[in-house]
Amino acid sequence: MTLMIKYFGMIAEATEKVDEELNVQYSSVLGLKEDLVNRYPKLIDMNFKIAVNQQIVTDDYNLIGNEEIALLPPFAGG
Amino acid sequence: MTEKKKKIKNSLVEGPITPEKIATSIAHHQVKTNIGGHDIFLGQVRADEIDGKTVTAIDYSAYDEMANKVFDEIREAAFEKFDLTCGHIYHSKGIVKAGELCLFVFTSSKHRAMAFDATRYITEEIKAKAPVFGKELFEDGEYVWKENK
Repeated sequence: MTLMIKYFGMIAEATEKVDEELNVQYSSVLGLKEDLVNRYPKLIDMNFKIAVNQQIVTDDYNLIGNEEIALLPPFAGG
Repeated sequence: MTEKKKKIKNSLVEGPITPEKIATSIAHHQVKTNIGGHDIFLGQVRADEIDGKTVTAIDYSAYDEMANKVFDEIREAAFEKFDLTCGHIYHSKGIVKAGELCLFVFTSSKHRAMAFDATRYITEEIKAKAPVFGKELFEDGEYVWKENK
């Protein structure tokens, strides 16, 4: 399936892009995280949350494809 | 259950929030004569010293759609919890210099207590939940990423 992924803040610096489309075989957020850490080793030491369709999710969340996924570094608003 | 087709308001403002915007916003509430008290929180950019260098500005970025959704949810939750007449949130995007304002939370109620409590609630929720990111810029062009405590 195809996943659309957005990167923000220091995460976008580590991946050197603000978004991309990935063709993948797994369906869990944990699988996605492992894949991304392999692609972008700098992410290993970084703290981030994953949002699916603009909601923060946990590692066991199941992806069905076509979701909007975002990697969110620590918040600094307010 | 029918899906709510609600247009989500844009709470993100390009650049600093100006004192004029705040004054205008207050003026707009003078027609609402059921309000007995307003409370306002203003977030201001500090010239923090980090490793011997002084912060001159914060460059804010956001996951716009989600941030606006989160601001909307926080506002809705505040209306559920507190007896509010009005509640507004504005947050900056882009460069905000030290001393300038980056957040404007404005609540109104019949009586003061609800407005005080709602303003604190909204502000804390924004810090914890809004996907807004900030680079603290130094004079020499270097920067560090800010992180809410």
